[in-house]
Amino acid sequence: MASAPSKLYSDDVTLVVVLLDTNPFFWSTSSFSFSQFITHVLVFVNAILTMNQLNQVVVIATGYNSCDYIYDSSLASNQSFGNGRMPALCANLLQNLEDFMVKDEQLGKEESEGRITCSLLSGSLSMALCYIQRIFRSGSLHPRPRILCLQGSPDGPEQYVAIMNAIFSAQRSMVPIDSCYIGAQNSAFLQQASYITGGVHHKPQQLDGLFQYLLTIFGTDLHSRNFLQLPKPVGVDFRASCFCHKSTIDMGYICSVCLSIFCKHHKKCSTCGSIFGQAQSDDASATNRKRKTPDL
Amino acid sequence: MKNSDGRRLNGEAEEEDDDEEDMNIEAWERSYAEDRSWEALQEDESGRLRPIDESIISHAQYRRRLRARSLTATTARIQKGLIRYLYIVIDLSRAATEMDFRPSRMAVVARQVGAFIREFFDQNPLSQVGLVTIKDGIAHCLTDLGGSPESHVKALTGKLECSGDSSLQNALDLVHGLLNQIPSYGHREVLILYSALSTCDPGDIMETIQKCKKSKIRCSVIGLSAEMFICKHLCQETGGSYSVALDESHLKELILEHAPPPPAIAEFAIANLIKMGFPQRAAEGSISICSCHKEAKVGVGYTCPRCKARVCDLPTECRICGLQLVSSPHLARSYHHLFPIAPFDEVPPSHLKDLHNRSQSTCFGCQQSLLSPGNKPGLCVACPKCKKYFCLDCDIYIHESLHNCPGCESLRHSNPVATNEE
Repeated sequence: MASAPSKLYSDDVTLVVVLLDTNPFFWSTSSFSFSQFITHVLVFVNAILTMNQLNQVVVIATGYNSCDYIYDSSLASNQSFGNGRMPALCANLLQNLEDFMVKDEQLGKEESEGRITCSLLSGSLSMALCYIQRIFRSGSLHPRPRILCLQGSPDGPEQYVAIMNAIFSAQRSMVPIDSCYIGAQNSAFLQQASYITGGVHHKPQQLDGLFQYLLTIFGTDLHSRNFLQLPKPVGVDFRASCFCHKSTIDMGYICSVCLSIFCKHHKKCSTCGSIFGQAQSDDASATNRKRKTPDL
Repeated sequence: MKNSDGRRLNGEAEEEDDDEEDMNIEAWERSYAEDRSWEALQEDESGRLRPIDESIISHAQYRRRLRARSLTATTARIQKGLIRYLYIVIDLSRAATEMDFRPSRMAVVARQVGAFIREFFDQNPLSQVGLVTIKDGIAHCLTDLGGSPESHVKALTGKLECSGDSSLQNALDLVHGLLNQIPSYGHREVLILYSALSTCDPGDIMETIQKCKKSKIRCSVIGLSAEMFICKHLCQETGGSYSVALDESHLKELILEHAPPPPAIAEFAIANLIKMGFPQRAAEGSISICSCHKEAKVGVGYTCPRCKARVCDLPTECRICGLQLVSSPHLARSYHHLFPIAPFDEVPPSHLKDLHNRSQSTCFGCQQSLLSPGNKPGLCVACPKCKKYFCLDCDIYIHESLHNCPGCESLRHSNPVATNEE
């Protein structure tokens, strides 16, 4: 692919890094089965690859205990694989996916059964960004990369910092993160990710028609998006939740040393251990203090 | 011929306001003297000249970063000055017209400061910057402290003129007065870009330095010509750093070193709780007059949770009630300073010999082969925690932009730090 003549490179040559949620805890509870899901995704990946001969797709599995690359369309090994029954792409991807799922399960056995059911989105996002940086390094002619998260598991609060780091890094290198959420409740992380990086977030109403959603919304390349009316973000909530009660707040107190968020005034920061001086600095007038009591 | 004549004429015109000692350089010599082409060459072991290898430079940067990281890691609890009030002092005295930086020191400084301001706000979204210039021995405030990069960058791209002498004391006095008004939890910092080799002061500069020290203003200086005692003394007294730039890329590097927040020294700023508001986005289609531009706008902006005034952009301070307004991503942008990832260890060549047999013959991050051409093991690094191998490019990207180790993030383990911070 690297030797492709430059005139073939137009605005719409695309690299899509698909992050596939393979969390068994989610799929066992979902009404939409994993095999149905994979069928839709395989057709979608094929569609992307056939839309432009220079398009590239990388699939990363987001598991419960690990993350790994399971498919890369730029690798030469894809073409020679397959015994005629199935297209090389499907055979290769499914084989790797199966290996990955088995390994992921084995890793889980060593650890005690946790009640957390989130998948390792921060890991697969970080891997996708590393891969995209490699594409950026590869020369002046490279496909325009984007990330597509196909996520069903709920958000894992302990991944917050890592996911935000990944989002800001994607924003800095202008990589949009598209997200398609197929779980029950909506994901605040993915909404923020798409909003900050300029990607599209969508939660399909009818999962049976997943392929149609994928193709019409997430199949569009970045150049065509300028001319299309894609779903707009509605109601992205940027309010913070306090570290002490995990409740969403409008107004709060921020530790000046570590930026921890608290809903009321404390003597000592529970995160960094700094001891605070008076309630507010000089600019806090008496009126502020009076107002504070009804707020609490 | 015509061209070279033209250059010659230009050269002579420049010489008139330059120092007299340049007069005896011919025009053809001047082009070499200014080009400094020899700086792009280096000698190898056998004494032959070679162009400087880019990968060596990036690797050297990586090593320097590693050193800096391990220094900060020695302090048990990392506390950093995340809320900074920084004044950038730009010396626009006669010395700033010197052309050892191209096209001139002034233009180079303006360009680099513009880039720095954007990087600064990217890394310190809750901080504020102001610009001060020194000209004709007097310090002027070019822009007031503010939280938006645009106004500062605009001021820098405007017409800047250089003349007269430089005065360190006047600049420090002005900045000292301005920084004394900020709240006590903020970190007060001054970054001086000093072109001149002298300072022309109205009084005793030592007193001013002591005054700055007392007000806990951290002063740092980047020199553009040569090291000066007074600058070094100033930085030593106030806890700042002093460095002298060799060329433009070095200057850029030195300036950008000031973008990440400095480690907080407990006595420099008093820890405090700051009251902040997290405004919600205004509903689509609602019409209101924003308090910042005084214009009626449809559906854009945020509503202050205390006084319900409309503002266009975050982070900002509410014009009506003075509440600091931020959104949670602004806070999250700073968290990586508090939870830095450990520097990766270089993998010794002996370990790499069996790379062929290992499953890890590709970089864990980007899947690039870790074998250099000829199937010989190349340089690579490993994360001390998850033991995954990474290529050097990924190493730099991970530490300078991503701030996540892909290997650690894609392993489920009860990380005590990660659970504590939530």
